[in-house]
Amino acid sequence: MSVQPKLLKGQTGDWEIVIGMEVHAQVLSNSKLFSGASTAFGAEPNSQVSFVDAGMPGMLPVINKKCVEQAVRTGLGLKAEINRTSIFDRKNYFYPDLPTGYQISQYQNPIVGEGEVFIDLAGGESLRVGIERLHLEQDAGKSLHDQHPDSSYVDLNRAGVALMEIVTKPHMRSSEQAAAFLRKLRAIVRYLGTCDGNMDEGSMRADVNVSVCPAGGYEQFRVTGDFKHLGTRCEIKNVNSMRFIAQAVEYEARRQVDVIEGGGTIKQETRLFDARAGETRSMRSKEEAHDYRYFPDPDLLPLVLDDAWIEEIRASLPELPDEKKARFESLGLSAYDASVLVAERETADYFEAMLAAGAEAKQAANWLNNEYFGRLNKAGLTLAEGPISAEANSAIVQMVASDVISGKIAKDLCDIVWSEGGDPRVLVEERGLRQVTDTSAIEQAVDAVIASNPDKVEEVKAKPKLAGWFVGQVMKQTGGKANPAAVNAILKARLGLPEEG
Amino acid sequence: MSELTNFTLAEARDAVRNKTVSSVELTRAFIGAVEAARPLNAFITETPERALEMAAASDARIAKGEGGALEGLPVAIKDLFCTKGVRTTAGSNILSNFIPPYESTVSQNLWDAGAVMLGKTNMDEFAMGSSNETSHFGPVFNPHRSRGSNANLVPGGSSGGSAAAVSGSLCLAATGTDTGGSIRQPAAVAGIVGLKPTYGRCSRYGTVAFASSLDQAGPMTKTVRDAAIFLRAMASVDPKDSTSVDLPVPDYEAGLDDGVKGLRVGIPKEYRIDGAPPEIDALWAEGVEWLKRQGAEIVDVSLPHTKYALPTYYIVAPAEASSNLARYDGVRFGHRAQGARDITDLYEKSRAEGFGKEVQRRILIGTYVLSSGYYDAYYIRAQKLRSLIAQDFTEAYKKCDVLLTPATPGPAFAVGSKTADPVAMYLNDVFTVTVNLAGLPGLAVPAGLTADGLPLGLQIIGRAFDEATVLRAGRALEIAANFNAKPAEWWKA
Repeated sequence: MSVQPKLLKGQTGDWEIVIGMEVHAQVLSNSKLFSGASTAFGAEPNSQVSFVDAGMPGMLPVINKKCVEQAVRTGLGLKAEINRTSIFDRKNYFYPDLPTGYQISQYQNPIVGEGEVFIDLAGGESLRVGIERLHLEQDAGKSLHDQHPDSSYVDLNRAGVALMEIVTKPHMRSSEQAAAFLRKLRAIVRYLGTCDGNMDEGSMRADVNVSVCPAGGYEQFRVTGDFKHLGTRCEIKNVNSMRFIAQAVEYEARRQVDVIEGGGTIKQETRLFDARAGETRSMRSKEEAHDYRYFPDPDLLPLVLDDAWIEEIRASLPELPDEKKARFESLGLSAYDASVLVAERETADYFEAMLAAGAEAKQAANWLNNEYFGRLNKAGLTLAEGPISAEANSAIVQMVASDVISGKIAKDLCDIVWSEGGDPRVLVEERGLRQVTDTSAIEQAVDAVIASNPDKVEEVKAKPKLAGWFVGQVMKQTGGKANPAAVNAILKARLGLPEEG
Repeated sequence: MSELTNFTLAEARDAVRNKTVSSVELTRAFIGAVEAARPLNAFITETPERALEMAAASDARIAKGEGGALEGLPVAIKDLFCTKGVRTTAGSNILSNFIPPYESTVSQNLWDAGAVMLGKTNMDEFAMGSSNETSHFGPVFNPHRSRGSNANLVPGGSSGGSAAAVSGSLCLAATGTDTGGSIRQPAAVAGIVGLKPTYGRCSRYGTVAFASSLDQAGPMTKTVRDAAIFLRAMASVDPKDSTSVDLPVPDYEAGLDDGVKGLRVGIPKEYRIDGAPPEIDALWAEGVEWLKRQGAEIVDVSLPHTKYALPTYYIVAPAEASSNLARYDGVRFGHRAQGARDITDLYEKSRAEGFGKEVQRRILIGTYVLSSGYYDAYYIRAQKLRSLIAQDFTEAYKKCDVLLTPATPGPAFAVGSKTADPVAMYLNDVFTVTVNLAGLPGLAVPAGLTADGLPLGLQIIGRAFDEATVLRAGRALEIAANFNAKPAEWWKA
């Protein structure tokens, strides 16, 4: 926490931004939290609705063990305390997409307690973001207002799907940190396989709590734990992309500073982010907030977890981004390269497959970060969609390392594998791409170039920088296959140039 | 034909099994009785065609030597149990046209045992009432009348239709549900047997919910033996109800006549209340004598928190109801008001038109006690009291095996006599609510008559899941009481 907060300049002084988040992550499971209906995305409206989801009379919720397991797995991934007993409560309010008139959620006794997430900051520092809690709850359905001129329709496919609400402590201090937190959380749940993290399909949605306080206020809060040192927070609802988080936080913090400096006070309220206008707008004030009349759901028994079961889940956890990053660094990767490779589980897996096929870590990382990812990016492809397998890329990297091909040829070879496919090792032989390291062949080529360009030989003696021209000619003669280092050395000797220069 | 309708469930079972009577014959007799008893208004929906189809199927199974425990036996279902393809109203306008596409577990268990459905019985709206007068489908009349009077009396509630149907011999047995006394109170005032099983004994799946932590289905029958037979068929653990309990369902009939010798019967002093008719205390004292004479050991016990039971109940039950009934919003099923301006207007109009006064009152009470600022003062304190009330029973059962109490504070009363005073109405459940709050089994057994010839009942309360002992003690009361008052079938006039 030694990180210097980013300050917001105001007319009366500097302000600090304080951010906490509530992230709704849809649990990856085949069926809903309390019913057997499917959770698949994109089905025909109301085709995945059981009588329980529709709130039919006499229907009762029955907990889906898989969803509980996913919540526990996520809790363990967040290094959080797993509560052996948790309770499902009813949150009561009327809305057409809420068939029973109440959402089953967890209020005072969530399944997961305090945990933590570390995010990487620019400059190699890392910030600990405390997790307050994680609880399980049902999603609501969706109102469709564009289907009929004077009626609204309701699609209940999503009603009852399990969500994990993950609440952080107010530990983030800038829009960048908020976005970095969400990216990290997304990576963790994707590693764990507990949420697909797909923000476009709404499987991850964030509400962002923003407040501002005069510079230094946060430090006092941190020392005393007293919230009075912080400003009044506003909750910004449903910020559904990384980019919007940054925009929403920036806008909201500036708005609050302007209000306070203009002599006003911030009211605790819920605000909605309007992505098109790039601004937040008041939705409802604290006074208008619903009285949800929470009480324990009498249809469900307290959820009691067995230690042995929790340990079983713990034992099945995959290596998570932080541990993986540390391991990659221990293989010689820079912190930056390691963090790029662990950001997505698929990327890390691909990298590890290259190592398993024989590539050296640093060389594989350089090849991916400097060459292959650029190509994918340009082609607009994801790693999974890319045409070159980890094994093929590994072969290319290994051939460069063992001087079978030059770096330049490696790029050409990559072009061939990209467009035509095939085994790089076979291609190198078939197409005669093997690098020439035989000095006599190179000497012959050098001599030929010198002999046919006496004028250039004179020039290079005056301007040693022209040596590059000779290198190009020799490479041309050898079809690009000459070992560049050998060419350089022989040229310098023959032309009588200094070793360095 | 009238002989057939006078059968007990056990007698009819044996007759059908021995083929001395066919299910179709038996069913026709009851269909006739149901039709003739329409003045009682015991049924909301009669299903004679379905009954005859089921009866014919039963006869076919019996002919092949097959058949379940209730094969071919015509029964009635309280209109709170969802029946697939058959309208299920919960006694409410808001569900007056609701036809469930699913079957409740309890009714399914009965059909699986071979029972025949005569129809759906009338009830207080959403099971909220003690007189069957809150039903959208009109009051039910008690088959019993005061000696020499033509005044219509209530059959109790909320399972008033089921009570009247059994009491008037319109079916062999009926299902009821009991949230605060809704099986036992009508059973007592209609002169029949009613058993509220332990919470979790019968599945709540497919039963329209009133107060989830209190609701429990149970049998309403002519005899204690019939209750034993019927409960065994109704009860089951159910993966679709997380609060149903996975314990084997015993053969309750097996030990029914084992007597009460050595059984410790507790007499809770708090159940002697001021202002109760002397007949109630007299009958209670008589009950004590009956059991003592059959070898039971009588023990004085105390249930000190009894006086808090009604207030506790009238916080917990409405709180849960206010949430359970939120789904009746006019959006997906049930009554939808016409001409609503917007969604809030649709909710308000649909619910105002769909719910009767008593249901609205309880929704308001429930909403109030759960509101922020009142939750701790009402709901949390009620939950604490509920624990204390349950604790009272645990303490008492250290000294005794069952408790004997009156079932109701009085006999059936005149239609309309208590509708203006909700609290007077609520007092009907004073002896029964404690049992729901503690989740225990309670059995009402007809035990005597008032001077005017109206039935009165006694209640046996047992340990959780000890219905067998409760029924055995009830059987001992039944033998001693020799209750045989049959209503004059005045509705046939």
